[in-house]
Amino acid sequence: MRHPFNGFLILSPPALVEIRNLNFSYDKRAVLQGINMTFHKGKCIAIMGSSGCGKTTLLRHIGGALKPTKGHVKVDGKIMHELDPNGMYKMRRKMGMLFQFGALFTDMSVYDNVAFQMREHTDLPEDLIHDLVMMKLNSVGLRGTHDLMPSELSGGMARRVALARTVALDPMLIMYDEPFAGLDPISLTVVGDLIRRLNDALGATSVIVTHDVQESLKIVDYVYFMAGGVIVAEGTPDEIRASDKAIVHQFVHGEMDGPLPFHYPGGDYRQDLSL
Amino acid sequence: MPIVKTITGVGHRVVNAVWRIGIAARFFALTLTHSGSGFRRFGLIKKELFSTGVMSLIIIIVAGLFVGMVLGLQGYETLKRFGSESALGVMVALGLVRELGPVVAALLFASRAGSAMTAEIGLMKATEQISAMELMAVNPIARIVAPRFWAGVISMPLLAAMFSAAGIFGGYFVGVVQIGVDEGSFWSQMQAAVDFRHDIMNGVLKSFVFGVVVTVIALFEGYDAPPTAEGVSGATTRTVVTSSLAILMLDFVLTAMMFGGSE
Amino acid sequence: MERTKLDLWVGMFVVAGIAALVMLALKVGNLSTYNVSETYQVQAYFTNIGGLKPKASIRSAGVLVGRVTDISLDTDRYEAKVSMSLDKRYQFPKDTFANILTSGLLGEQYIGLSPGGDSEMLKTGDQIKKTQSAMVLEDLIGKFIYSKADGADK
Repeated sequence: MRHPFNGFLILSPPALVEIRNLNFSYDKRAVLQGINMTFHKGKCIAIMGSSGCGKTTLLRHIGGALKPTKGHVKVDGKIMHELDPNGMYKMRRKMGMLFQFGALFTDMSVYDNVAFQMREHTDLPEDLIHDLVMMKLNSVGLRGTHDLMPSELSGGMARRVALARTVALDPMLIMYDEPFAGLDPISLTVVGDLIRRLNDALGATSVIVTHDVQESLKIVDYVYFMAGGVIVAEGTPDEIRASDKAIVHQFVHGEMDGPLPFHYPGGDYRQDLSL
Repeated sequence: MPIVKTITGVGHRVVNAVWRIGIAARFFALTLTHSGSGFRRFGLIKKELFSTGVMSLIIIIVAGLFVGMVLGLQGYETLKRFGSESALGVMVALGLVRELGPVVAALLFASRAGSAMTAEIGLMKATEQISAMELMAVNPIARIVAPRFWAGVISMPLLAAMFSAAGIFGGYFVGVVQIGVDEGSFWSQMQAAVDFRHDIMNGVLKSFVFGVVVTVIALFEGYDAPPTAEGVSGATTRTVVTSSLAILMLDFVLTAMMFGGSE
Repeated sequence: MERTKLDLWVGMFVVAGIAALVMLALKVGNLSTYNVSETYQVQAYFTNIGGLKPKASIRSAGVLVGRVTDISLDTDRYEAKVSMSLDKRYQFPKDTFANILTSGLLGEQYIGLSPGGDSEMLKTGDQIKKTQSAMVLEDLIGKFIYSKADGADK
């Protein structure tokens, strides 16, 4: 990319994920319409919007779990939905995803959860795996929980263990599906801080899907706002905070009514009350 | 037109059922083709053998003992009328080895281990553990389904054999120890009448078939369950109902093939 | 530590299952009386076999010496052709007598062999010439009633 005035090359980091004109319909209902996004290497990107605006569907496209109706998602130069199963598995080994409530394997201990991918995908000896697991657990501050079962952890701790599991194989792309949902304020700050620190330590790229505006604006580099399956606003956190777009303003300040109405569309109120 | 509505409704249900059978068959085939890793890492199967086999042990043995005791009591009452109490051993053994062992053990297995499997896999799906595994580039059929399938198939014949053995001891206890049927004729008549290949191996074969059917139904229902609390509880109920019906129907077919008409 | 405990339980489960199978095979079934020794096949014709079935036992002096392998109707002679396989350890003279007997009044039917005096022994493919058919209860009762009626006439 060249600078518009002096024509010098601008050295911006190369793009890891490119989403071009992505459309997806489910049962003839359009969930995503004409999405264009670019995630640069080493950055933290947030995708925000109210519940049901298609954020999670977008993540699933990046992970290759869904096939777009139109357009494509390119990760590391490869179009996801055109990969054969083998290529898809290779690509997924370089990705990590943190699910909404952690999705820890309930039949395994914390240790086995973090060791899971190392055992499945590598031939590392068990004592090396042990050291790696302990390092990963230490990085989220939960080394002491290694022999507990997921059911014995609190919500915030489970989320941190899941984070350690997500980064177990040092992925180049980490996806977070609502990482802040259902956390108390302290855990919220801890998890947010961890996401940023892990991203920088691993040199990875992070995509956070969330509706927690304040927490995510603190940690990310770039924000996309989605509503009804389209991008309605984008920019750096400062630009978003300063934005005077009605929908962004409503979201950032948590107002009840605005472009997103309080009332679900219904018939005439008076008629419903038989007046 | 309510009649037309009823007919289309019935047709819709039939088509749906056939569809499900097709999906289940494809699921079964996938499970078989992805079984390799499970056998290479036998630890996975061993863990499931514990939760399906060992955990069903007590219910199977206690139930077997009581079924055998009832058989002993009822058999004695009936055989006494013909003066052939000495055939009590034959009756108890043949009834258990051919029919009650495989069938009742499979019914208990379906409600004890089968429903647990469905609930476990359904919950894994509801809490996105299966999606998580897929995104970690690990095939959930190979990692979750196949080990459970083989554990079920291995434990079912063993459980049925234990059920029959416990039942024969139950019959022995009631018939010989309590009522006083001659011990020698109890065992010797039993040995003379029960054929190893014809009776015992056919019983084992039956329980093997039941093991395959029950575990496939349980795993499929779990894997196919809607990822909600109601979805999982509905799937668990369907597992028990469908596999019980399948066991009883298959038992008739297998019995007709093995013992019917050949003599 | 958890692992070894699991191993122990699963091991116990498998051992108990196999033990149950072995107990069924030996104590309940007839595997212990199965002979792995070799056999030889002979045939015999009977005018009536009554309730004889394949796999019925063949006894001599009460000892199990073989089993019936096949029963069919020979349409040349209109007699039942019974194939049996006998244990190689037990040799019988050529003029052995085969008799369909019943164990007890209503019990199973089996073939009893009474050896003759011939110096040549039966071998595979041979036929037992001297046979006696099964006693059919209806015939016996019929004969009994007939002779009673005969007696009453006199």
